Amino acid sequence: MSDVQQALARSHHEEWARVVATLARRFGNLDTAEEAAAEAFVTAAERWPRDGIPPHPGAWLTLTATRKAIDRIRRESSRDARHREAELLYVTRTEPLGAIDDDRLRLVFICCHPALVMEARVALTLRMVGGLTVSEIARAFLVQDTTMGARITRAKAKIATAGIPYRMPSSGDLPRRVSGVLAVLFLIFNEGYLATGSDTAPVREELTAEAIRLTRLLHRLLPDDGEVTGILALMLLTEARRPARVSRHGALIPLADQDRGLWDSALISEGHALVRERLNSGVAPGRYQLLAAINAVHTDGHATDWTQIVALYDQLMRLDGSPIVRLNRAIAISERDEAEAGLSLIDELAPELTEYHSFHAARAHLLRRLGRDAASREACDAAIRLAGNTAEIAYLTAQRDGGTHHQRSARQ
Amino acid sequence: MQYLVNVIDDRSDSGTAEEMAAIHVFNDRLIANGNWVFAAGLADPTISTVIDGRGDQPVFIDGPFIESKEWAAGFWIIEAPDLDVALELMAEGSKACNRRLEVRPVLAPPR
Repeated sequence: MSDVQQALARSHHEEWARVVATLARRFGNLDTAEEAAAEAFVTAAERWPRDGIPPHPGAWLTLTATRKAIDRIRRESSRDARHREAELLYVTRTEPLGAIDDDRLRLVFICCHPALVMEARVALTLRMVGGLTVSEIARAFLVQDTTMGARITRAKAKIATAGIPYRMPSSGDLPRRVSGVLAVLFLIFNEGYLATGSDTAPVREELTAEAIRLTRLLHRLLPDDGEVTGILALMLLTEARRPARVSRHGALIPLADQDRGLWDSALISEGHALVRERLNSGVAPGRYQLLAAINAVHTDGHATDWTQIVALYDQLMRLDGSPIVRLNRAIAISERDEAEAGLSLIDELAPELTEYHSFHAARAHLLRRLGRDAASREACDAAIRLAGNTAEIAYLTAQRDGGTHHQRSARQ
Repeated sequence: MQYLVNVIDDRSDSGTAEEMAAIHVFNDRLIANGNWVFAAGLADPTISTVIDGRGDQPVFIDGPFIESKEWAAGFWIIEAPDLDVALELMAEGSKACNRRLEVRPVLAPPR
C-alpha cells in the first residue's frame, strides 16, 4: 500500500466518526452528514495523491465535508430562498452544550437512542460511528444487504421525523442513557467474539476491535463512569484470551485447557489495572464491573481461583438474578465444590434455559465428569442442535464423540 | 414540533375518578409550561362510522376502520422542541392516566 493509501485508510478509521459527528451537529441531519463525509473522502482520494497528504487530515476532511454539505444544501434549496436562508443560518448557529461536549459521543448517543429498536441502534452505531459499510454490517449480522440498508434508512428517517435531538442527554439522563449505549457496544463485541452462523468464522475480529475502539472512546469521555470502565476491562480481558480460544481445527478450547502463553499480556495488564481502579474507588460495582472482576480472576496467575469466582457471582446475582447468571454461578460452584452440587443447581434452570445451548453444554460436561456418559451424550446433542458458533459446535461434537484431549493434542 | 399522543386502551371512557384527577393536574402543568395544544377522550370505536366519499355517492359504514384488541381511547396534542422532551413529558402523562401511550410526530406543514 502506498503512503497515500495508508493515510486514507488510517483517516477513514480514525476520522470518519469525527467528521460525520461534526457535520451532524452543524446541519442537524444524519443523511447530510454522512453523504458529505463520503464526498470528502472521495475528494481526498483524488487530491491527496496529487497534492500530498495534508498536515492535518482530520481538519482537511471536516472542512471539505462542510463545504460539500453547504453546496448540497444550496443546490437543493435554490427553489426556495427563505428555506436556504434558514438552512444557512442553521449552519452557523451555536448550540448549547449538553453534559459532555464531544461530537462523536453525541453521535453515539443519537444512534443508541432508546426510541429506536435495539437492532437499529447497533446497525446505526456501526454505520455512523464505526464507518462500516452497509454490506459489512449486513454480513456481520447475517442478514441481506437490502434488509440492513432498509433498517438503517428507517432508523435515520425516525431520527429526522420524530425529532430525536442532536444533543447529548442532560446530565440527569446520562446514567440511564449510558446503560443503553453499553448494551449496544456489548452486543457488537459479543457478536464478534461468539459469531453465529455455520459458514462464519468463529471469531470476527473486525467486530471485537470496533467494539473495543468505541468503548475506549466512551471511556476517554466518561472516565469516572464505573460501568464504562468495567465494560472496557471486560472486553479487554476477554479479547486477551482470543488467540488461545480456538484450535487450529476450529474447535473451541475451554478456559482450563487454553495455552496461557498465547494470551495477550498487554491487554491483560491493562484490564487488571482498570478493575483495580474500580476496586479502589470504593463505589459498589455494577454488572459490567463484576463481570470484569470475574474475568480478572480467570486471567490472574496460573489457574482460576473458583472460590473468588463464586463470591463474585453471588454479588452479581444480587444485581441480576437472570437464569444465565445463575447458570454461570452453578458452573463455578461445580468447579469449586464437586460436579454433583453444580449439576443439581443447573437442573433447576431447565424450564427457563431449555432453548439455550450453554445450559446443555454445561450439563454434558458435568454428567461426563460424573461418569453418566449416555446422559452426557444426549445433552451434547441438545447443545449442538442449539449452538450457532462453529467453534463451539466443533468442540461439543468432539466431546460427544469421546475425544477429551482432542483439542489439546490438535493444537500441538 | 407537535406530537399526537394516543392513549392505548381496550376499554373506552374507563378512567377512574383518581385517574381523571391526576390527568387534570398533569394537563394544568402542560398548559403552564406551554406544551398544551389539545386533549380529549374518544368514544368507543364501535361508535365510529367510516366514510368513503371517493365515488359518486358517499358510502357510510358502521364501525371502526380497523378492528383491534386495543385502540386510541383518547389523545393529547402537545408542543415540544424534540422527542426527548416529548417522551419525558408523556412518561409523566402515562403515569397520570395510568395507561400506555403512543407518541407520533405531527408532520410539519409543507413549506
